[in-house]
Amino acid sequence: MLTLTHILLLATALFCISVAGIFINRKNVIVLLMCIELMLLAVNMNFIAFSHFNQDITGQVFVFFILTVAAAESAIGLAILVVLFRNHDSINVEDMGSMKG
Amino acid sequence: MLIELQMILPEIVLMSMACALLVFDAFIPSERRHLTYLLAQLALLVTAVLVVASFPQITEYAFNRTFVDDPMSGAVKAFILVITLFIFFYSHDYLKEHGILKGEYFVLGLFAVLGMMIMASAGSLLTIYLGLELLSLCLYAMVAMHRDSPPASEAAMKYFVLGALASGLLLYGISIIYGISGTLDLQEINNYILYNSERLPMLVYGLVFIIVAIAFKLGAVPFHMWIPDVYQGAPTSVTLFISSAPKIAAFAMTIRFVNDAFMHLTPEWQGILIILSILSMAMGNIIAIAQSNIKRMLAYSTIAHIGFLLLGIISSQSVSATGVTGFADALFYVVTYALMSIGAFGFVILMGRKGHEADELDDYKGLADKNPWFALIMLIFMFSLAGVPPFVGFWAKWFVLKEIVATGLAPLAVIAVVFSIIGAYYYLRVVKLMYFDKPVSMTAIKATQTMRAVISLNGLAILLLGVSPGLLMTFCIEVMKL
Repeated sequence: MLTLTHILLLATALFCISVAGIFINRKNVIVLLMCIELMLLAVNMNFIAFSHFNQDITGQVFVFFILTVAAAESAIGLAILVVLFRNHDSINVEDMGSMKG
Repeated sequence: MLIELQMILPEIVLMSMACALLVFDAFIPSERRHLTYLLAQLALLVTAVLVVASFPQITEYAFNRTFVDDPMSGAVKAFILVITLFIFFYSHDYLKEHGILKGEYFVLGLFAVLGMMIMASAGSLLTIYLGLELLSLCLYAMVAMHRDSPPASEAAMKYFVLGALASGLLLYGISIIYGISGTLDLQEINNYILYNSERLPMLVYGLVFIIVAIAFKLGAVPFHMWIPDVYQGAPTSVTLFISSAPKIAAFAMTIRFVNDAFMHLTPEWQGILIILSILSMAMGNIIAIAQSNIKRMLAYSTIAHIGFLLLGIISSQSVSATGVTGFADALFYVVTYALMSIGAFGFVILMGRKGHEADELDDYKGLADKNPWFALIMLIFMFSLAGVPPFVGFWAKWFVLKEIVATGLAPLAVIAVVFSIIGAYYYLRVVKLMYFDKPVSMTAIKATQTMRAVISLNGLAILLLGVSPGLLMTFCIEVMKL
């Protein structure tokens, strides 16, 4: 039987993978955007699990808002990525170090 | 229903005007772009008048308690709108001079202000999240607005990734709190915590994520990595914006969390904030000394000031002890800081001209010989940021320290004073460069008359508030009576 704990563990594992991905990834900015998406989806899973097991609809409503905001967020992220590529001819994370101090 | 709509009338008006402006801007020729600017100022002014006219005397709720209208939200909104009026004044000149005058800046700015107003009035976790995202998404786009500038796009990418990470952490914390308490309403969460103290470990688990997200958004050490790069890389007009009004909104959001929802977890969040505050004051003030770029130096100074602001929030516990309302000192601090910050960055705009940002400290050498009046204005900003009497920055620090001592955390006050003295070094260095060094070049300041008038007004406001801080402080105490 699938209990709340199982789903929460899965969501937490996904969340940790995405945060680790943001910090470990040194190669490609697109992977960072994917990690951000994964992080939001992990949170969504949390909300839906709580909503289901608490018999409360609010959590599912929250998920709709998160999905909408996530769409807007990735649109802006990709737009910034295009600008970045035009200026630097690279989307390598390691090339983003012109400012230091 | 009608009364509820009346309560959010300022927000509705601002949103409608911003949407109308977006369409309007697409149809006017680029040489008449200043019309967009004027209409954006009008939108802010109208909204500010509406906020002041319907200033709430008591706490009222609307839309199933997702929206709160209380004196604090009214005051915070009014401050944000006035500060943004100043910001648009400064920005218009900067954007025009550097050839990036686009309507998007003002439209995004208005939407960001809308996001801040929603954050200030949030009554549930959902409204806090939506307001915060509206603000953040606009700011990411504004940083990247100068499309041909490599530092700006790099700064925007860093800001975006770290900002999105912070939002993710906030959401994770919110989901935990929602899962345990079964509600998104801040007041109901507060009641739940009061009657279910056996759930403390899980509640604290959620709280930690939320505090980390707040620290990210405020820019407290160790979650400050984005601040220096974004401040340096972004166009100065955007830096000016990020460094001022959103800090007031972030303060309001912090109060919504720590006071409205987590009042019964005070020892827990207080402990975390004390560590963040000490680290911020230490790192900010010490690293700022090593900077040669004034925007980067002011970025580290922001971090140090955020440390002080957190002290004001920590000291809330003296509410019953001294009869002084908690958080009033923090509100006073963040408002006066925003005023000083727009002054300092506005000055960087004033000094710059096409193709030259004037963001190196060397650009300020010998300013007193070239232009004594503006050297004096910059001296006011620097002295006030450093906390030298009689300027308002001194009183802001004084009130916070007084509250901290009244709370019984005297060692923390000593640490704060020590780091403030260290911090005074880099502010006074700018003054030294202006008054005692020989100028590198003799190019005169090339700013419009309005710009000169507004920045002088800003400097005088800081001086006047410093001479009589009582009025603003009384107002802060009045609105923070919770």
